[in-house]
Amino acid sequence: MHHGKYRFVLSLLLIPLGLYAVFVVSPYVQAFPIAFTDWEGLSADYHYIGFGNFVTLFHDSVFWVALRHNLFLLVSLPVIIVTLSLFFSAMLNYRGGVPGAKFYKVVYFFPSVLSIAVVGVLWQFIFEPRNGLLNGFLRAIGLDGLAQLWLGDGKTALGSIMAVVVWGGVGFYVVLFTAAMAAIPRELYEAALLDGAGAFQSFWRLTLPLIWNTVQVALAFQVIGALDLFALVKILSVGPGGPDDATQVISLYMYTNAFTYGKFGYASAIGVTLFAINMILTLLTFRLTRRERVEY
Amino acid sequence: MDPARIDAAPAPAVPDPPTGRTVGSRVLGGTSQGFVLVWGAMVLFPLLWAVLSSFKSDADIFKSPWSLPSVWHWDNFSRAWSESHIGTYFFNSVIVVCGGVLLTLLLSSAVAYVLARFEFPGSRVLYYVFVGGMVFPGFMALVPLFFVVQNLGLLNTYLGLILVYATHGMSFSVFFLTAFFRTQSKELAEAALVDGCSQWGVLFRIMLPLARPGLVSIGIFQFLGMWNEYLLPLVLNTDESRYLVTQGLANIAVTQGYHSDFSGLFAGLTISILPVLAVYLAFHRQISTGMTAGALK
Repeated sequence: MHHGKYRFVLSLLLIPLGLYAVFVVSPYVQAFPIAFTDWEGLSADYHYIGFGNFVTLFHDSVFWVALRHNLFLLVSLPVIIVTLSLFFSAMLNYRGGVPGAKFYKVVYFFPSVLSIAVVGVLWQFIFEPRNGLLNGFLRAIGLDGLAQLWLGDGKTALGSIMAVVVWGGVGFYVVLFTAAMAAIPRELYEAALLDGAGAFQSFWRLTLPLIWNTVQVALAFQVIGALDLFALVKILSVGPGGPDDATQVISLYMYTNAFTYGKFGYASAIGVTLFAINMILTLLTFRLTRRERVEY
Repeated sequence: MDPARIDAAPAPAVPDPPTGRTVGSRVLGGTSQGFVLVWGAMVLFPLLWAVLSSFKSDADIFKSPWSLPSVWHWDNFSRAWSESHIGTYFFNSVIVVCGGVLLTLLLSSAVAYVLARFEFPGSRVLYYVFVGGMVFPGFMALVPLFFVVQNLGLLNTYLGLILVYATHGMSFSVFFLTAFFRTQSKELAEAALVDGCSQWGVLFRIMLPLARPGLVSIGIFQFLGMWNEYLLPLVLNTDESRYLVTQGLANIAVTQGYHSDFSGLFAGLTISILPVLAVYLAFHRQISTGMTAGALK
């Protein structure tokens, strides 16, 4: 009986575990030794150079610019997206839902199912300075002065890309938060109303604490997301990463080093550094947002 | 959220707080409609604009971006489909994504079933090995992954992409399906075993059929994720005839974005939006619960 069980378990696990080890675990493990080599190009010839790549990285100004952008996005994007999503969720749920709340949720969520590449190409047209939708709209309502180069100008490029991330991201979290809000028993709201709580108060004192767990998960998702942003920057920005590294992010810098310059050792060192940063940030997010879990 | 009930009823209507009496709530009532309307328009407008533009001539797009097409140019679509090879890219995407989804479901349900139903030395460690993969963005190990695939001779092949997609989809699927299998009754499986059913019989004739709602949710989730993947094919799939839709579209936009054929590009964009839109409108409830369920768990 027991023998049969173990043979069954083993035969089910063998192939999935083997494939997972080859394509997921082994690349992560190999990234570490490669990060300590000077491997360049496709020759098999390389040397271990200790922490050489990390020293170079420490003095690499582009890396610091990219890291600064990532950290900036990491703080600002979650704040903007979560605030907007909470706001819209509360609005959609207000008094049992504004008319057409279901329709709005369907519309809001749609960008989440679009390919990030499609979103990128679409917004490239929107930002296009001469014939794009955005400048066309601004000129149509008489705000010619506000028309910009958007992606072509270092001052507005990163902000423009952020706007696209927000545009595509809010719907997902609206659906997430409204689902969490729907699980709150309505008696609580009635009690709050009897106690004289207004709409703002019952949101701050009741809704938010009760869905805090979900908000925390949303924040953690976005920390992971904000370290990536590869596809949008690659497709939307000039260069990509430009103008003048104004939109450079770590994932793009790593990609360029590896697959444009062939500096595999150096790119791996960037990957390992990022791995460490990601670990710290994920732990930090959970620590910072930890609160007593409220049961209801 | 209980994953077994993912496909169950739509979210119950949100508490409708009784009629508000304060001034604040009345103001909120009025403005809330306004705000949600504005955001809805901001989401819809760019998409509508893209779809409308795909039917126009280049001159029309520039002269009157807001009007309906004066002549409906269906030829934009045939041009995008054949001359810009969107058709080929579409075909490639379908093969790779369907293969990836089926394989990841197969692999993950085997692992999840074992982890949910059997205790054995190392089973917890194994669970964390699989689930741990969710915490890291895939591109961190991009360089070694490229060489793993290259050494296996799988660069620029459907099989290579399918294997990479399927294995990278496993972390989340195992996490989700393990929770799902845990909610299923042990008694049913044990009763079947007593009646002389083999372990394989229990898995294929009882547990997997019962797990269908969970498999469908995770399948939809993985389908969208893989259909939208951009970085992996960019690195592992550089042969232009094997491009996927995402790559092909981005490539056309980057290389001839400011070239003359704007309408063809919009048509290509529309071709890649419409199937997703159709699937989404048909299954929007399952898709949004499926996609957000992982986060609510």
